[in-house]
Amino acid sequence: MHNSIVLVKQVPDTSNISGTVMKEDGTVNRSKLSAIFNFEDKVALEFALQVKDKCGGKVTAVTMGPPRASDILRECLYMGADEAILITDRKFAGADTLATSYVLSEAIKKIGNYSFVFAGRQAIDGDTAQVGPQTAEKLGIPQITYAEEIIDVSDECIRIRKKIDGGYEILESKLPLMITVLKDAAQPRPFSAKRVMAYKGAKSLLEIEKMAEGNSLLYVDKLVFEYKERSLFIPTLTAEDLQMDFSRCGVKGSPTKVYNIESVVLSGNDPERVENSKAGMNSLIDKLLEDRILG
Amino acid sequence: MEDFSNEVWVFIEQRGGKAADVSFELLSKGRKLADTMKCPLKSVVIGSDVKQLAAETFRYGADESYVVDHAELKNYATLPYGRILNELVDAHRPRVFLFGATIIGRDLAPRVASHTRSGLTADCTDLQISDVTYIGTEYKNLLLQIRPAFGGNIVATIIAPDTAVQMATVREGVMEMHPLPQPHPVKITEVPYVPNEYDHLISIIEQHREESKVNLKAAPIIVAGGYGIGSKEKFKLIQDLAHTIGGEVAGSRAAVDAGFVPHERQVGQTGVTVRPKLYFAIGISGAIQHRAGMQESKKIIAINTDPEAPIFDIAHYSIVGDAADVIPKFIEAYKSKLK
Repeated sequence: MHNSIVLVKQVPDTSNISGTVMKEDGTVNRSKLSAIFNFEDKVALEFALQVKDKCGGKVTAVTMGPPRASDILRECLYMGADEAILITDRKFAGADTLATSYVLSEAIKKIGNYSFVFAGRQAIDGDTAQVGPQTAEKLGIPQITYAEEIIDVSDECIRIRKKIDGGYEILESKLPLMITVLKDAAQPRPFSAKRVMAYKGAKSLLEIEKMAEGNSLLYVDKLVFEYKERSLFIPTLTAEDLQMDFSRCGVKGSPTKVYNIESVVLSGNDPERVENSKAGMNSLIDKLLEDRILG
Repeated sequence: MEDFSNEVWVFIEQRGGKAADVSFELLSKGRKLADTMKCPLKSVVIGSDVKQLAAETFRYGADESYVVDHAELKNYATLPYGRILNELVDAHRPRVFLFGATIIGRDLAPRVASHTRSGLTADCTDLQISDVTYIGTEYKNLLLQIRPAFGGNIVATIIAPDTAVQMATVREGVMEMHPLPQPHPVKITEVPYVPNEYDHLISIIEQHREESKVNLKAAPIIVAGGYGIGSKEKFKLIQDLAHTIGGEVAGSRAAVDAGFVPHERQVGQTGVTVRPKLYFAIGISGAIQHRAGMQESKKIIAINTDPEAPIFDIAHYSIVGDAADVIPKFIEAYKSKLK
């Protein structure tokens, strides 16, 4: 049996940036971007579910993010995760990869009793690929990044095919282990219709509080109890729950700072227009030959 | 701030005892940074039988090399390499530490940054040293870490003003390699390696590696196609043109993702950076990630159906039209010229 923890992230859909998303000062208006499930993290969840299918155990999906990140936690439940945990706190806002890895590593320690931590290799809003290794270092566990395939898994170890520059390696690791996966490593399974029916009403504490707005705290407690009874409660962990050193969270705990942002200004080269015709091509080639660029 | 040594370090990545190009590129850049900071440049070499390789780093401007030479360190492995660097950085606190943004560099640098609680910026396209005023405080000689962000729509300058060690990774080919005519005097400092059990939690069962036969960086002419080409079949036009004028075929990330062209031929921030004499950008709109990899080409010819495509802003020659129409015309004109 192997319990797995899967790190997932809700990201702005940077592949669909249009004019209205860019503010006049050249920064990005995040609220205008749709929020999506970082795809490589979905592949990571698939890896965890494959291990569960083979060996049994529990799969826990974890995300650090604003309250609306519960959306992707529900998707994790639809895919097959046994539990989904939201780590959220205003103190976590503005975290760089180091501060993020501190929070995630503390949450993983609190969850405990795991053989694997799976994560996508990187998230599309930063493309840094740093959070996985930084978290593994803080947990004091080995890591295999750029995983392409699970070759075999047994009680004590796992074999993974990993991409390296110019080829691949097959590595065998003792457990526990952090594994970060590439997007082509596996096809995430579709949502199970049964699970969508079962979990579409799953709610985090914040969502329940919002639902109960205007009612007494007692009513909130009652709802939480009901949701827990029906396995529809998405547990929330805050900085206090994790007994964290606040100076290592969020902006405060982030050594890297954005000093300057510029929207991309093109050099404004005025290119020489070449007619799309035989004559146009001839004169272009003449110029290239003359400048010894061609020939 | 905590104490640090005014030094620039470069991690030298080796595979089979041979240094990765990116390591020498980083040394050349590191030399410039160190000159601005008026401080030494040091290389860190880990491997088996790597003293010769350490000596090679002096050709690219290193003043000193830390060498950790041990039979068990022949192949890269996260745990021992990470532990060695953690201990070295704890002991010396170099002001700047650079890594290639290779698979190894991106596996290793974050472990060291996490342990030493240093700032780390991935995939920088430029590095500079500058005095900085940030939120009312003045900082001397900070490392400006410049990288495209947010899908390439912005360029961000990142700083780590309050950490002793400033770390960054840089993609291969982004910095230029400059061997020195007169290498510095050699100083090799050997650092002992004491294996421990923790280092062997992961073992290599098999390794398959082939040196890429494609060398885009050295090609004087590159013909690159993008997603706008439309299909793998139509991509043959790119090959035809490359073949006719003696160029190498390349592609944008979108073309690689669509399967038109293999990843080893990808130009751009997540591929190779090139500076050929002549670069054709065909059916490539010109996202900054792509431009970052080719904008220093001597002459750029852009072919695109969209007259507003951003690629035209950095091109020297623009042709508005469909590749399937333009390329055959160009090939025919070229062939008749050479007759």
